[in-house]
Amino acid sequence: MRSRYSVFSLLANALTGQKGWTPAWRDAAPKPAYDVIVVGGGGHGLATAYYLAKEHGIRNVAVLEKGHIGSGNAGRNTTIIRSNYLLPGNEPFYEWSMKLWEGLEQDVNYNSMVSQRGVLNLYHSDAQRDAYARRGNSMRMAGADSELLDEAGVRAYAPFLNFDDARFPIKGGLLQRRGGTARHDAVVWGYARAADKLGVDIVQNCEVTGFIRENGVVVGVETTRGPIRAGKVGLAVAGSTSRLTRLLDLRLPIESHVLTAFVSEGLKPLVPGVVTFGAGHFYVSQSDKGGLVFGGDIDGYNSYAQRGNLPVVEDVCEAGMALMPQIGRLRVLRSWGGIMDMSMDGSPIIDVGPLPGLYLNCGWNYGGFKATPASGWCFAWTLAKDAPHALNAAYRLDRFRTGHMIDEKGVGAQPNLH
Amino acid sequence: MSRLSEGGLIDRSKPLAFSFDGKAMRGYAGDTLASALLANDVRLVGRSFKYHRPRGIFSSGSEEPNALVELRDGARREPNSRATVVELYDGLSAASQNRWPSLDFDIQSVNGLLGPLLGAGFYYKTFMWPAALWEKLYEPLIRRAAGLGRAAEAPDPDSYDRSFAFCDLLVIGGGAAGLMAALTAGRSGARVILADEDFRFGGRILAERAEIDDAPSLAFVERAVAELAALPNVRLLPRTTVFGAYDGGTFGALERVADHLPLPPAFTPRQRYWKIVAKRSLLCAGAIDRPIVFGGNDRPGVMSAQALRTYAVRYAANPGKRAVVFANNGYAWSAAFDAAEAGVDIAAIVDVRPEAPPIQLERAKRRGVRVIQGGQVVATSGRLLSSVTVRSATGEEKIAAEVLAISGGSSPNVGLTSHFGGKPVYRADIAGFVPGACPPGMRVAGAARGDYSLARCLAAGAAEAAEAVSELGFSAYATPVPQARDNAITVTPFWHVPGSRGPAFVDLQNDVTAKDITIAHTEGFRAVELLKRYTTLGMATDQGRTSNVTGLAMMAVLTGQDVGATGTTLFRPPYTPVALGAIAGHHRGKDFRATRPTPTHDWARAQGAVFVEAGLWLRAQYFPRPGETDWLETVNREVTATRTGVGLIDVSTFGKIDIQGPDAGAFLDRVYINTFSTLPVGRARYGVMLREDGIVMDDGTTSRLGERHYLMTTTTANAAKVYQHLEFCLQVLWPELDVQMASVSEQWAQISIAGPQARAVLEQVVDGLDVSNAALPYMGVAQGTVLSGVAARIFRVSFSGELGYEIAVPARQGRRLAEALMAAGAPFGITPYGTEALGVMRIEKGHVSGNELNGQTSARDLGLGRMASTKKDYVGRVLSQRPAFLEEGRVSFVGFKPVNPGDRLRAGAHFLPHGRSGTTANDEGYMTSVAFSPLLGHWIGLGLIARGTERIGESVRAYDPVRGGDIPVEICHPAFVDPEGERLRV
Ligand SMILES: Cc1cc2nc3c(=O)[nH]c(=O)nc-3n(C[C@H](O)[C@H](O)[C@H](O)COP(=O)(O)OP(=O)(O)OC[C@H]3O[C@@H](n4cnc5c(N)ncnc54)[C@H](O)[C@@H]3O)c2cc1C
Repeated sequence: MRSRYSVFSLLANALTGQKGWTPAWRDAAPKPAYDVIVVGGGGHGLATAYYLAKEHGIRNVAVLEKGHIGSGNAGRNTTIIRSNYLLPGNEPFYEWSMKLWEGLEQDVNYNSMVSQRGVLNLYHSDAQRDAYARRGNSMRMAGADSELLDEAGVRAYAPFLNFDDARFPIKGGLLQRRGGTARHDAVVWGYARAADKLGVDIVQNCEVTGFIRENGVVVGVETTRGPIRAGKVGLAVAGSTSRLTRLLDLRLPIESHVLTAFVSEGLKPLVPGVVTFGAGHFYVSQSDKGGLVFGGDIDGYNSYAQRGNLPVVEDVCEAGMALMPQIGRLRVLRSWGGIMDMSMDGSPIIDVGPLPGLYLNCGWNYGGFKATPASGWCFAWTLAKDAPHALNAAYRLDRFRTGHMIDEKGVGAQPNLH
Repeated sequence: MSRLSEGGLIDRSKPLAFSFDGKAMRGYAGDTLASALLANDVRLVGRSFKYHRPRGIFSSGSEEPNALVELRDGARREPNSRATVVELYDGLSAASQNRWPSLDFDIQSVNGLLGPLLGAGFYYKTFMWPAALWEKLYEPLIRRAAGLGRAAEAPDPDSYDRSFAFCDLLVIGGGAAGLMAALTAGRSGARVILADEDFRFGGRILAERAEIDDAPSLAFVERAVAELAALPNVRLLPRTTVFGAYDGGTFGALERVADHLPLPPAFTPRQRYWKIVAKRSLLCAGAIDRPIVFGGNDRPGVMSAQALRTYAVRYAANPGKRAVVFANNGYAWSAAFDAAEAGVDIAAIVDVRPEAPPIQLERAKRRGVRVIQGGQVVATSGRLLSSVTVRSATGEEKIAAEVLAISGGSSPNVGLTSHFGGKPVYRADIAGFVPGACPPGMRVAGAARGDYSLARCLAAGAAEAAEAVSELGFSAYATPVPQARDNAITVTPFWHVPGSRGPAFVDLQNDVTAKDITIAHTEGFRAVELLKRYTTLGMATDQGRTSNVTGLAMMAVLTGQDVGATGTTLFRPPYTPVALGAIAGHHRGKDFRATRPTPTHDWARAQGAVFVEAGLWLRAQYFPRPGETDWLETVNREVTATRTGVGLIDVSTFGKIDIQGPDAGAFLDRVYINTFSTLPVGRARYGVMLREDGIVMDDGTTSRLGERHYLMTTTTANAAKVYQHLEFCLQVLWPELDVQMASVSEQWAQISIAGPQARAVLEQVVDGLDVSNAALPYMGVAQGTVLSGVAARIFRVSFSGELGYEIAVPARQGRRLAEALMAAGAPFGITPYGTEALGVMRIEKGHVSGNELNGQTSARDLGLGRMASTKKDYVGRVLSQRPAFLEEGRVSFVGFKPVNPGDRLRAGAHFLPHGRSGTTANDEGYMTSVAFSPLLGHWIGLGLIARGTERIGESVRAYDPVRGGDIPVEICHPAFVDPEGERLRV
């Protein structure tokens, strides 16, 4: 029986030398068959399994992960959560995700450190201000919170920014106070532990290497731990999506690109929430441990390598210095890359198909962490009901054929620009 | 003072004053802050991250976990500086960090009492009740307690440079292997760069009493450095850390140019960030000592055996009155002997091995050093270490000592080899991980590869360098390799003293204990990455250089797997932390990005213009006159003056692309939705181009200057994007087209004059050119000269809706032209106007601009659908026919006016039907642009609303909750002024 975390269990373990804990999840060995297989033990895959079990009573489920859970983008991202989207296809979905974040810890009995310290997007021109007004209004209309700050408002919220000799002066910002960050690993572990408790098998070191098809129907997968059959196979492998679907001769409207993240050495509190620069590619927050967590643009070329190159490192540091010139002597501690599944309109795909027995969850670009709860919730629904929920109804794969793109940035079918 | 009376590579003739926590002290040139602190008897230097335990100096290099200080003051304050690599300079001031109120007495050390509760994973299991308290209470407390040093509060006053270098062989690390490598490659004529993070070349040689060619090894270093310095093809970069390996043989490196000086001298950067492109690289980064884990292993005074030796030999600083050495290997013994010879009192060598090699025993005996074989340190005592309890076959014994020098073996510095994902491989014989797959072109030599003998390091450095440059076609000399005597060194894997007393730390900086590893094991976080993330092992500023291997080996013991199969985490760049300012270089403040002034910038400034950023451009926004109190007053004046007389604006920022060749017309037909091949020479046409996905990309007028010669204009914002797109079309899609193209945006200054008097003004600057309505009609283009001989192109086009001309002259003539036009227009009251007035006039005219061309609108949405030719193919045609583009309910582009004329309109407001709530479901569109029309006397707007063109005259809500707005507006035709365009054609 897995321990429930409570004040009582904490104190009991403090007194007994922490010996009473049990594994957070079983290191399951694969069974020959499941009702549903979810490929990919990132946040999305684990959340999907959890909601399948919890919301739909489908518990004969396996999550197959090629390495250890959370070793992909779930454990590499900069952990920003927000629901500040513009378009009607997106905003209700992300706002639902935010609501799930708000109750997540109590739901899964794991402290994922969901921290609503605010997300502030800066604007530097009147046109940007109006674009943010449009966005802020969209958010309000979807039930989310948003505030349009003028320069004085930004000074009050983030007095440490460069207001004095900026190349692109800060004119204001769009603030979502309910936005913030969450501890990425804890999200993975929390979902894993809760899914496991409901009977889901989490199978690590189990790479899917092929698909079993009968009469054109996907009925299981080949893995490094042997073939496993399933009633339904859902893919939630983020940056590896195109590699997996290649095994099915499927070409998806997705490209893989590398995004680099950075963390500085630990500091006493400096940055309260998340701040994004509107005149360069840069965003920053500060972890509870004290490191500034920041990043910028993707490298811009297609890649499966989980590392970026110096031009983007420079671009990010330049923008950081432009925004916060007092961080010049702070040091970058580590940088690393993750592979992003960039779609043709910058928005995700959660859909049935395109082959019978197969279900897709991909196209998260650089922003799928915040989507984790809603993505799992909607993908579980889609797997269970064989049809999308209203919240992910716009995330159909065929939207590129019908022209119902959800292009927040308006840059078109050029994934490296989203 | 614990300065040894003689020896060391310090310059006793150059004393330096410095302070720590406000206390004045003295050191010498050649000291690090750490060695100087030790020589001043400072043993307590910091507090640990989580439990705020007192800590001392642990190492003598960049792997230091404990001795982090705030260096310098004010705007130059540098938190988390490792005292072990800070070169001492006169006047240095440093302070301890992460303690309150003082280093000696830190209130948060009570966290230590909570240790039993605060084990690994504690945070994940608690603070959930009640939910609302996380942000309000728990998290702020955690955040305040966490973190290390404090960031400066003012902009960094120093400057940073960026340099590029190219070489055949980059040698990383200038110890024995690196020096021999650089010599070998340098003598072959190859271009060599030798970089070392230390301020002195020599690596461990500097701290060891060894002999090379029967002379002190230091002499070899001096000879080698002198020879290298004299070779013109060799560049020596001391104080330079190669921090990352990147694609294409590129390396990032950081040179600390002036960190060893009180302040950077004039015209000197503080640091220089190098991008080194190397055909081959050779990593000679050495190895570091790793600790053994036992209870009480974190007391100030516990340090690595290598550190003890380094402080004693290199810096002549005695870290404490008596030292005990605790080890499982032979290097620690030589370290002890070297330290003893330098003057350190070695109380005992405790070796976990039951039988140490006889030769070592012999040496100990010769020096009178006591040896305890098969012994283990099981406890320590003293707030600052005062004694060590050793358990051996003969029982437990307490030995008084201020220093406990420990060594659990060496870990090769494999960091850079894993930057491409190569996994280090375990070698049981040395109980350490050696490089696995390296980045392309990288080799490894010396201790970094697990070769711990001086002789072999020298030989391997020479051999690897010779091979590397031979691959590049150099003939490497058969350099005679200097001889060194070799000690056969053995190590017996030993990680953790079981049953030792008190908290046993694995990761000193993050306070990860042996018990945390057990918790991680119990809870299933056994894979190395999970172990790391769950316990934070190796996630501190030292990236776990002294802790990773031990931690995962302890996990291996718990799981029963061998260490090799357990594997290790990968190091990520940078190798050691790098200042953000150094990477950013000069790109900060106003120089963050280039500033593009227009050709008339100085003139406009002289007119009192207020400027606005338009991408990289600075454009005149409006030209206030004395007495005008607000921008709207100015703009209204500029608009009225233009509509009733004549106005002038610099429009040079528009993109201009010169397109020539026999297929130029055909090319334009393919990129625009309308046709250009039929455009007569001497005429301009408005064109719209789509992206491949059917959405509008850009618009602008394109003129035909000759049979095979067109000039395209683009919007300011999209100039580069359109050019890129055209290049893609030409090079990738239609390489068969015979078309040449060049951006000429910078080459031409372009000034627009508009208004009923525009022609009268123009006539005065042209050199006899007929610009009458008949000779130069609307959308006509003329070429000739102006201002007595200045080549010019005159386009009769208009954005404002008035009779207008754009006059293009070579960029350098722009200001002259502006002044001439102003002079010529003076009798008509010519008025310079800025982008605001331009915007007002285009909104009055109902032209689309950036706010409407936002990448989400189709030509049909914008009312431009009818321009699309049905007779030809063009980019975006097919995808713009998709069902969603043709849907009934799609938005269309219309005008809006307030139902109550006094109401102000706001762009970004959404449209709702009256009587419906403000929800996504009722959202019908949004306002794209607004302006106050001086002509109409009220605000006007443009926008996109569902089925807009069918709803002219209907009233809807303009809903703007973020600004508290909710007003009725009436849908109208987008052209508020002169809808038939009569003014253009007069
Ligand atoms: C540097 C960086 C910063 C980011 N910042 C943010 C941010 O601030 N906010 C935000 O919302 N989003 C952010 N993202 C995006 C976000 O991390 C991703 O969109 C999201 O994590 C993707 O979903 P996931 O967690 O399920 O993916 P992953 O964690 O990548 O999960 C996919 C899993 O599938 C596994 N897998 C792959 N192939 C196979 C196979 N053949 N068989 C079995 N398993 C396989 C992988 O090992 C991996 O564990 C960022 C991403 C990166 C890289």
